[in-house]
Amino acid sequence: MQTVKEKEKEKKMVAEPNIFTKQRLTGSEILVRSLIEEGVEHVFGYPGGVVIPVFDKLYNLSRPKIVLCRHEQGAQHMADGYARASGKVGVCLVTSGPAATNLVTGIATSFMDSIPVVHLTGQVGTTAIGNDAFQEVDIIGITRPITKHSYLVRDVNEITRTIKEAFYIARTGRPGPVLVDLPKDVLLSETEFHYPETVNIPGYKPTENGHIQQIRKAAEVMATAKRPVLYVGGGAIASNAAGELNELAHKTNIPVTTTLLGLGAFPENDPLSLGMLGMHGTWYSNMAVNECDLLIAVGSRFDDRVTGKVDAFAPKAKFIHIDIDPASISKNIKVDYPIVGSCRSVLKDLLPLVQTSDTHDWLEMIGHWKQTHPLKYKKSEKIKPQYVIEAIHEVCGDDTILSSDVGQHQMWLALHYKFIKPRTNVTSGGLGTMGFGFPAAIGAALASPGRKVVAVVGDGGFQMTAQEISTAVGQRLEIIVAIINNGFLGMVRQWQELFFGKRYSHTCLEYTNPDFVKLVEAYGAVGMRVERHDEVVPVLQKAMQVKNLPVFIDFRVDRHENVFPMIPPGKMATDIIE
Amino acid sequence: MQQHTISLLVENKFGVQARIANLFSGKGYNMDSICVAETENPELSRMTIVTTGDDMVIEQIIKQLNRLINVLKVVDLTFEDHINRELALIKINCTATTRSSIIQIADIFQAKIVDISPKTLTIEVTGGHSKVQACINMLQPFGIKEMARTGIVALRREYTGRSPDWSSSKIPA
Repeated sequence: MQTVKEKEKEKKMVAEPNIFTKQRLTGSEILVRSLIEEGVEHVFGYPGGVVIPVFDKLYNLSRPKIVLCRHEQGAQHMADGYARASGKVGVCLVTSGPAATNLVTGIATSFMDSIPVVHLTGQVGTTAIGNDAFQEVDIIGITRPITKHSYLVRDVNEITRTIKEAFYIARTGRPGPVLVDLPKDVLLSETEFHYPETVNIPGYKPTENGHIQQIRKAAEVMATAKRPVLYVGGGAIASNAAGELNELAHKTNIPVTTTLLGLGAFPENDPLSLGMLGMHGTWYSNMAVNECDLLIAVGSRFDDRVTGKVDAFAPKAKFIHIDIDPASISKNIKVDYPIVGSCRSVLKDLLPLVQTSDTHDWLEMIGHWKQTHPLKYKKSEKIKPQYVIEAIHEVCGDDTILSSDVGQHQMWLALHYKFIKPRTNVTSGGLGTMGFGFPAAIGAALASPGRKVVAVVGDGGFQMTAQEISTAVGQRLEIIVAIINNGFLGMVRQWQELFFGKRYSHTCLEYTNPDFVKLVEAYGAVGMRVERHDEVVPVLQKAMQVKNLPVFIDFRVDRHENVFPMIPPGKMATDIIE
Repeated sequence: MQQHTISLLVENKFGVQARIANLFSGKGYNMDSICVAETENPELSRMTIVTTGDDMVIEQIIKQLNRLINVLKVVDLTFEDHINRELALIKINCTATTRSSIIQIADIFQAKIVDISPKTLTIEVTGGHSKVQACINMLQPFGIKEMARTGIVALRREYTGRSPDWSSSKIPA
């Protein structure tokens, strides 16, 4: 006996010729076929006016599967989190006008952190463009400064080539977001389907392999350095260079510090690890950079949150800079030995050329710093947010993917969680997008079936994209969302405390925050609350046992805890406050 | 801070100029002039941008331009042997008494009179930036009514086989 559902499905199949066998396809069908050719498994989206035909073609497909978000910004962050956790290209599909503009914050987030995401936006018909049509917006114009590239497809015959190029551009070179704008009439007109096998973009030839002479020079400099430091950023993760990096560090005995986005590229339980550097970096990493005679930047871009006062950054050092983007080199700091190429390829070529350098005295000095200036926080009766972070690591293990929002909790996570594996750290670094952490965790979870995903968010940022609880429940994701609830916009409060005479202008959320447990329960998720120090671990353990539903834990942490160490903005490493 | 002349070969597609203009405004680079038109190959356009900045800024401008997918080639012509030209149309107030002096000035600059009316003369002058500027300066006292300038277009000079510093070498007087 056929079930009613099966009968309906069969009816539909009959009514609609299969997109795999038809001779001529509509633009929407071609788009869907192209996504299948690209191996897309999940499309994060929201339907609307002009993209109804595309959603219609995706209706019966198991691959790609539509993940229905509740706000387009959520869809973008999911696609971004998906890309960060998996290394694959994330895909968003939304309609024109307001849907497209809702993507903007997310696109900028991906752009700043070089994350490959392809955005498919609907557009009004080609003849209506420019006429202020309903739900028309010039999304190409709006997103021009925040995309790696963008396309307005004006002919149905251009769809396949455009999609092929969009994915290629998004994932190669320095990865980044690409937007493809698809007018309604293009999605409805018909042509034959031919998917190109290769791309030929004359103006786009990223340099994969570094210049061997430059690499040789770098190896020579590394051999003579007495106090070298490896300064590793997101580029090492984007190019999957963690293995080569590990080998290089151990072969040469050079200590490693990472940026916020570089966390996970080098295991933080390794004796050579210095943890994160910069404004909220460890004391010893900042001191090591301050004292080093050679700084080897690997896929990092000398961001101001890393350098502080540029003139005083690594004042005694020569610089080697390995980066796939020539524009990153000598942008903020003049570099002595630039190497353009992917981190992985350059490190591979560098490995056989380097020798074991004599860094014994240097490592001893750093070891002493680690002992005298360790990461610390005051233990107390109240729940310390740093303790919650440590407990998460203890309960969830090294393989867990951590996503975070932006603010104090993000820094506590970066400092007190010991990242071991690449692609376990999903966070908005460059743009610092509040509201990113929770939806990004949904994307990361869908990209990594069988792995635990924990989102660490603040009570402020969580409320910026809290509507995605519906999505997490709908997808039956077993993610844990740890709300580090201090009733404040904590990082702003910290700055007000330190630099604005304790005038807490509009940073207290406590009296207007919802009851987070009730809130998530209303959505059908599981809510838990932790108010005592000794409940932290047991509640996390309980949350790990919940099946088929997301768990949200409201951690009522010490309201006045601050993030230290801290280098005040525009200051130098030696001005660090512990 | 030095003025640089940068020549670009770009794809002749809509939106390409906007991308380049956007880059300059978004990153806060100076754009003294921009000039663009199709080349001998209709799929390509040549763009000449005159910009000002210190070495690090100019290096960034060139790298950022190279980063754009629609840009095929970027050359900084400033320190290369190149020809650059600008065209200006200048409409000057004139009377029966001043007309001949204006024509005289135009002659000196090898400029053409392209339009005439009882009260105005329109002059077309072509040349390097400083020549055009000198012509304008000379005409200023008569009262410039309207003016349009193209901005600089430039091409690299073809290598002639002679030593690059031939001008300073021993050429018989």
